[in-house]
Order: sequence, then structure tokens, then C-alpha cells
Amino acid sequence: MVMHALDRKLLRDFVRLWAQALAIALVLACGVAALLMSFGMYQAMGDSRDAYYERNRFADIWAPARRAPISLLPEIAAIPGIRSAEARTEGLVTLDLPGREETAVGQIISLPISGETFLNVPILRSGRLPDPDSDAEVAVNEPFAIANGYQAGDSFFANINGTRRELTITGTLLSPEFIYALGPGALMPDKEGFAVIWMPERAVQAAFDMTGAFNSLTIGLYAGAREDEVIDQLDAILERYGTTGAYGRDRQISDSFVSSELDQLWTMTIVLPPIFFGVAAFLVNMVLGRIVALERSEIGLLKALGYSNTAIAMHYQMLAVLTAVVGILVGWAFGAWLAHGLATLYAKFFNFPYLIFRGSWSVYAVSGLIGLASAAFGALRVALRAARLPPAVAMQPPAPPRFRRGIIDRTLARLKLSQPMMMIIRSITRWPIRAASNALGLSMAVAVLGAASFFDDALNKMLDTTFNLANRQDAVLIFAENLPEAALDNLKALPGAMQIEGQLSESVLLRNGHLEKHTALEARRPDADLSRVIGGSGRVMAAPPGGLVLSERLAEQLALKVGDDVEVEFLSGRRETVTLPITGTISQYIGLSAYADFEMLNALRRQAPQISVANLTLNEDEKLAFHKALSQMPVLAGTAMLTDMRRSFEDTIQQNINITATVYVVIAVLITVGVTYNSARIQLSERARELASLRILGFSRGEVSFILVGETMLLAVLAQPFGWLVGFGIAWAFTQGVNSDLYEIPLVISPATFARASLIVLLTALASALIVRRRIDRLDLVAVMKTRE
Amino acid sequence: MEQPVFKLSGVTKVYDTGKVKVRALDGVDLELFPHEIAVLLGPSGSGKSTLLNILGGLDQVTGGQVWFRDTELTGMGDRQLTAYRRDHVGFVFQFYNLVASLTARENVQLVTDVSRDPMTPAEALSLVGLEPRLDHFPAELSGGEQQRVAIARAIAKRPEVLLCDEPTGALDSKTGVQVLEALKTVNEQLGTATIVITHNAMIRKMAHRVLRFQDGRIGSVEVNETRIAPSEIEW
Ligand SMILES: Nc1ncnc2c1ncn2[C@@H]1O[C@H](COP(=O)(O)OP(=O)(O)OP(=O)(O)O)[C@@H](O)[C@H]1O
Ligand SMILES: [Mg+2]
Repeated sequence: MVMHALDRKLLRDFVRLWAQALAIALVLACGVAALLMSFGMYQAMGDSRDAYYERNRFADIWAPARRAPISLLPEIAAIPGIRSAEARTEGLVTLDLPGREETAVGQIISLPISGETFLNVPILRSGRLPDPDSDAEVAVNEPFAIANGYQAGDSFFANINGTRRELTITGTLLSPEFIYALGPGALMPDKEGFAVIWMPERAVQAAFDMTGAFNSLTIGLYAGAREDEVIDQLDAILERYGTTGAYGRDRQISDSFVSSELDQLWTMTIVLPPIFFGVAAFLVNMVLGRIVALERSEIGLLKALGYSNTAIAMHYQMLAVLTAVVGILVGWAFGAWLAHGLATLYAKFFNFPYLIFRGSWSVYAVSGLIGLASAAFGALRVALRAARLPPAVAMQPPAPPRFRRGIIDRTLARLKLSQPMMMIIRSITRWPIRAASNALGLSMAVAVLGAASFFDDALNKMLDTTFNLANRQDAVLIFAENLPEAALDNLKALPGAMQIEGQLSESVLLRNGHLEKHTALEARRPDADLSRVIGGSGRVMAAPPGGLVLSERLAEQLALKVGDDVEVEFLSGRRETVTLPITGTISQYIGLSAYADFEMLNALRRQAPQISVANLTLNEDEKLAFHKALSQMPVLAGTAMLTDMRRSFEDTIQQNINITATVYVVIAVLITVGVTYNSARIQLSERARELASLRILGFSRGEVSFILVGETMLLAVLAQPFGWLVGFGIAWAFTQGVNSDLYEIPLVISPATFARASLIVLLTALASALIVRRRIDRLDLVAVMKTRE
Repeated sequence: MEQPVFKLSGVTKVYDTGKVKVRALDGVDLELFPHEIAVLLGPSGSGKSTLLNILGGLDQVTGGQVWFRDTELTGMGDRQLTAYRRDHVGFVFQFYNLVASLTARENVQLVTDVSRDPMTPAEALSLVGLEPRLDHFPAELSGGEQQRVAIARAIAKRPEVLLCDEPTGALDSKTGVQVLEALKTVNEQLGTATIVITHNAMIRKMAHRVLRFQDGRIGSVEVNETRIAPSEIEW
């Protein structure tokens, strides 16, 4: 088939405009890639979670108890709405892993004798399930096995209820309860140091002295059942057996993290891509607008030749479409690469047995269509303008732009600016919308960069507050039972222990009217130096006797402010309820806690001072001996090594931030180049005559270049403050999007962050303008003056 | 006598620029005939281009009527005018108006792509003596050559009328003559009614009919009994 002449013009124009088209295509590519990555990941993760929960019957409700008789089960199963109830025994143990210095922590879960689990059904990934009659065989979660290099047949030691036992691995499992496997007291999953251990029921019951009883209940509901009503009835039944309160998926740790990650992905999906698509549409509009202006007479000619308005509109529209196609293809490739990177990153934290890319092709289609639509939208008005151009008018040269003497001009005249400076300012005031759109595009580059780097600032702030101000201990020992405070003296004998402080942690239900919230109430001696309460502006404060200090988000959720009373229901031991005033609030980024005075809390519990947790600092040299001693300690339910946590947290975050920072710098540079390069090219094209005339009049290259580069840079500088504002807005949107019970991202952006973003954008703008400036040197003065515009 | 290709009666065209109204055409009555070359003379601003644009369906009249054979052009919508231009009219402009990114052949193809019974681009270009320049881009052609490409492009669809607005206006005498030769060849070989606007009064000598324009009206019409060849025109 012979190609139509008009199509050939299209292709040649496209090739001639390649640099400008590419600059636009790359901005569009960022949008497509961002959408592909965030929305694709959102969909894949959401779908995988749903399928996993569905197939493996993820429970709806969890009900812990101290020790409840198994005979309660029929009564519980009869609660309306409950489809299945499964009783099990769980326990936290410390582990002594061959080849590992530090103590590890394990969560033991009983496997029913029948071998058949109804709820939270684990998937066998390798080996076999332990023999129901064995008391030394266990299955462990797959990530733990892989991280430590364990295979079926390997064994390790566990300190179960005070007895050191050798356990042999028969197989590895994955469970929907542990997609995000967080050990006690940990801030981040530690695959090596935290194990989920499935052990035959008989062996677990024997070990924890729970024969004929259970301490954990998982419940599956019928669709449409009222979760809150079921929870109330469960609490009523289990109250006598030491429940700390049943809870739904919203408080299940793994599910909370998965949900919060999905929320973040969604926020990213709706915040970022529109910026890129918007900028791309604007660039298409600007560049095409100039082309149509230049090709007035060709448009008139085509009409004179009998081409229809539609054919002409389509001709220019196709130029945008071709650009979009390039952008979409690059975006797909870039996005696939980013999505792969993100999936790899997620695999470090989230353990899915499979990832379903159900909508994979549809995500590609959606991102492609949106990319195409935004380019076409940008081209629409211009294409219509071309189509509407009356043929007789098109044949005449356009009227020279009208410059009016306005107030601005008179002011400028008084300022006695140089002629080139006048030209710059006149050009901006003559095309205010275009200038504003240009500046807006650059603002977006600053905003995206500022908002991306904001994570760095925010996480630093989180880390600093959490680790350097609030939690300065090296290790946390979590006891299986509360111990008298005097036990701290014995702990002093631990090898390497330097400073030791106790802490009492109580599970409570805080209530204000109809609002209620489960949380941990923590109490320490006022002179505690390791784990501290940090108030506003980093000030150390102690919860004064006679009241509670709440984290701000907790207070907000309960609609409480300083001075209000709150009802506190203790969920362990004697389940008493007391009313206490709020004496202060603090900003806490990780978790939602309440703080009380140590003596007051013990008095309220009517007990001699007790502790549930010990914080200590260690002599690094005696670490080995310290861990050896821990593995022999009977009363220990778990340990958290903050020094290691701090390090791995920092490493992980630093690594992620390095990756994202690079990606966002690339993105901001692309936007800046897209905007500045195109606008400078257009200016050059519009002013070629003018600039050439100036050269002929004797202006130097430098002076002439100043006009071109000056306008670009003036707009770029003017764009900065608005960019900061928008960047702040985006950061705010992100903090809102991820504000969950688990953590809060503080809205802190250091001036340095914005300064850096501005510097990058300004330098890129300058470089782009200078690339275009080189064309002034090549300006053929004679030819420019001769051609008719 | 043959039926006229164009018949105009009382045609007016008023440009309303807001502040002033310009009567570009002020009651034009006119008949133009097939197979003829008509030359339109007149001072600058007298309304020549306006008339040509109206004949070519590029612009609308303010009042009066225009017939193309039996069809009335006045009152046609944009879609019908587009079809009219596509099927019946060829244009040649002073500044050639070639598409810079297309070669000579492809510029002609722009027309042959959308017409019913066109010549091949090569045929059209050979008619104006440009076969050796088929694959040259406009920037690689002289002004006269570019104008001849424009003529080839205009006549490739075998139009009934060829409208030329100052086709030699930007050319020197030698290349101007080449362009006029091309117009003459086309007129003789295809019988295309040709209307040429010019400021060069000498060109009238090659026309069948000479129309003089004055202030938006036809001043006089004269018919040449004898015509001279373009090469004899003194510039
Ligand atoms: N689009 C327009 N808007 C307003 N006035 C116009 C427009 N086009 C033409 N005119 C006016 O109409 C009158 C006739 O213009 P026209 O272009 O037909 O003149 P012309 O005879 O072709 O002149 P020239 O020989 O200089 O090309 C002129 O006074 C011109 O200023
Ligand atoms: Mg004219």
C-alpha cells in the first residue's frame, strides 16, 4: 500500500520534532510507569491477599485467653453468626539457634491432632507436617527456614516454659496469619530472628500445661454476621478465663500491615500519576499550539485542496498520539521494571505463597489508555483550532501579537530596565497563561521531588524519636509472667548487662462514651533513663501520678483532650475499671500507647510493684555470654534486640530511600526538561526573527541568549515557592493516606529538602535552556529574515 | 455561446473588524467561461484576492449570489464547500505554499490522494516540465520550480477551474515566464478555465479575457482577439 502524502507529512514532522516529542513522551512515560507500578502492585497485592485469605480460610476473629476449658467450645460455636471456631494453644518461646549468637524468638502454635486445620490453614511448602504423636517434631514458617538455611531434618533448641528442648524441623509452612511476620516488640520483620513454629497439639498442651484447655481461639464468621456482636458475646464467655478481649482483622498484626501497605499504594496511585499526565497534556498543548501557528498557511492550503476539517484535526491529533505511543511504550517498560523492583522489595517484608497478576494486562491497558487520553486531551483544543481556521484567513500571515501598554509596562518603564529585560517581561505578560502553565509544570517537578525526599526527613524523624530519644536500650526482655520488681536485681547478674530498668505493661481498654480502644498501658519509674516518654519538641517527660499520658492519635481517636477523664478497663487479672484524667499528650510515631506512673499503676492493680518487661544496655563484648544466659532463662517469653533492629531498620530504609530518591530525581529531571526544553524551543521559534534582528543590530550572542535563557530561568525561579507548597500538600496527602494505628508518618520537611529539590530543578532548567541556546549560534541570519512567517 | 463556469450577481463582501467595516467587494456582476484564461488586474486592496477566495469556496459572501455552472455556491455549508474544492477547484498562491516536509511528488500526492480521477503525480509534474525534480524537497527547488510544483499540484486532479493569486508575484521574469508557460500548457491541454490575479499588466496579453478591478467592482472587461505567448511578454 502506498502511504498517503498527509501521513508522510505526519511521520516526517514527528521525526523532525523528535527531541520535543521525546521530552514530552518521557514525562508521559513517568505517568504510565507510576500508574503501572502503584496500581498494578495495588491490584496484585490486593488480589493475592483476597485469594489467599479465601482459599486458606483466614479467620475473622481472634480471642485470646489465659486458660479456658475446651468444653466451652460447643457454647461458643452456638453464638449466632459463627461458622467455625477453632481452639488452639499458643506460646512465645526463646530459641537457641545453632550458628546464631543472638537469641531468637518463636511463636508456637498448636496443630490439631486430626492434622486438619479449619481456619488459617497453613500451606505446606516443603517436607511434611510433624507426626501428631511426636513431641520433638515441628514445622516452621518458610521465610525463617530459608533465612537460616534450615531444611527438613535440621534441629534447633527452644526454651519452652523453662525447659530447653531440641526440636526437629519436618517441613516448612506459610500461613495467611503471617504474611507480615512481626515478632514481639519488633518494628520490622526479622526473618532470621523470629520463627512461627507449628507443633502437634498434644506436645504443646503438655509443654504449656494446657491439657484439656486452650488459650487462643480463632473464629470464622458467616457472611453478614455482626462482628462486634460476636466479639461482645465471646468476651462475655471468656471473661472468666482471662481474655484480654477478642478482636477482628483490624487488630490482627499481619493484616493491619498488609492493609496499610495497600492504603499507601492507593494513595500513590491517585496522587502521583495525575501530575505527570497533567504536565504531559500541557506540553502537548503548548508544542502543538506552536506547530499549528507555524503551519497556518499549510492548514489553509490543505483546506483549499479539499481536505475536510476532520482530516485536518486528525492530522494534528495524530502527532500527539504518536508521541503518546512512544511515551506509553517507554512507560510500560519503565513501569514493568519498577514494578519488578517493588515486588522484590515487598518480598522482603510480605510472605505470599503466590502473587496474582490477574489484572496485569488490564493495568497495562488502563495506563496506556489514560496516557493516550491525556495526550489527546492536550491536543484537542489545538486540533479543533486548526480545523476551525477559516481557509481564507489561514492563507494570510498571522497578525503580529498585540503588546499593550499596561500598568505593568508603566511600572517597568520607571524601573529603567535594559531592553532585553523588557523583552523578557513583556513576553511573560503578553502570554500570561502560557507563562503560568510553564511555571506550574516546573512547580510540579519541585513538588514531586520535595514530596519524595520528604520520606527521608520523615523517617529520620521517626527513627530519631523512636530510637535515640524514646528507646535507648540495647535489649528488651519480655517476661511470660509479671515478675516482682525485685527480680531486676537478679537480672543485674546477666553477663554484659550494664543498666537495667523495669517496666510494667498492661493490656487495657480505654473508653470515652461510645468510643473505645484497646491499647497497652505502660508504666516506668519517673527516673527511667532508657525507655522514656518524649513530649512535644523532644522534651523528656514522666507520666505524673494521678493521670494518663496518651499518644496524640490515640487521644484523637477517643476524642479526648488534656483535662478530660477516660475510663480504663484492665483486661488481665482482676478486670477492674477505673476513671483517670488525661494529664498530657505526646506525638508518638510508632504504635498507639498510653503511659502511667509506675507506682500509681501498681497501686491501681493493688499489687506490690511488678514488671513485665526489662530494658537494658549491654556491654557489646559480652554479648555472646549474654545470649547464652538468655537461652537458659525460664521466665522469658521473648527478647527484642534494639541495637540490631536500629541497624537493620536504618539499612533497609536507607536502601529504599536511595532507590526511590534516584527514581524521583530522574522523574523531576524529566519533567523539567520536558517543560523547559519545549518552552525554550517555542520561544526560539517565535522569536527567531526578533533575535536575528537584534544580532543584525549588533547585539552580542550573549545578550541575545540572555533573552532566551532569561525568560526560562525567571519563570523557573518564580515557580519554586508554589512547588514547595504543592510538595508540602502531596506530603500531607501521603501522611493522611498512611495514618493507621500502626504508625504515623510525621509531616516534617526540612528546608534543605526543598532547597535540594529547587537546586536540581533549576540546574536542569538551565541546562535545557542552554541546549536550546546553542541554536542561536547556528541561527542563519539571512535565512531567518528572508522566510515568511 | 457556452454556459459560463462562474456567474456572479451583486456579490458583496464586507469585513467587519469591529471598529471599521471594509467593503472589499461592492456589487460584482461577472461571468467567466470554460477553456478561457482570465486575467484579473487592479490596484492593491481592490478586492481581487477576496473575489478569488469566494470563487474557490474559501470564503463566504456577505450578499449576492455565486453560481458554479448550475450549482449555487452561496449558501453552501462548510462540508459542501470542502467537497466543492476537492472535486472542482485548483489553487496556486503567490508564496507557493508547499508543505516543506514533503517532496515535489508527495506535495502533488496530497491532492491525488483525495480526488476521484487524478493524474499520477509524475504526469502532473511532467506537464509543468519538472520530471527531473520529482523527489526534491521544496527547500531544494528554486522559486519558479516551487511555483510549478504548486501548479502541478493544483491541476493533478484535472480541475474545471484553476485559481491563481499572483502566481508570478515572487518570481523574476525568466522563472515567471516558465510558470506562465505551465499555465498555458495546462489550459490548452486540459481545457481548464484559469483565473490569474496579477499586478503585471503585461500578462493580460496572454489572456482571453481581461477584467479590471476598481474599489470592489469590475471596472471593465475586455476580450483579446489575439494573444501572445508568455515568452514574448515583456516584464
Ligand atoms: N480578513 C480580513 N479582515 C479585514 N479586512 C480584510 C480582510 N481581508 C481583506 N481585507 C480588506 O479587504 C480589502 C480587499 O482585500 P484583498 O485582499 O481582496 O485585496 P487585493 O486586491 O487582493 O489586494 P493585493 O493586490 O494587495 O493583494 C482590503 O482593503 C483589505 O484590507
Ligand atoms: Mg491579493
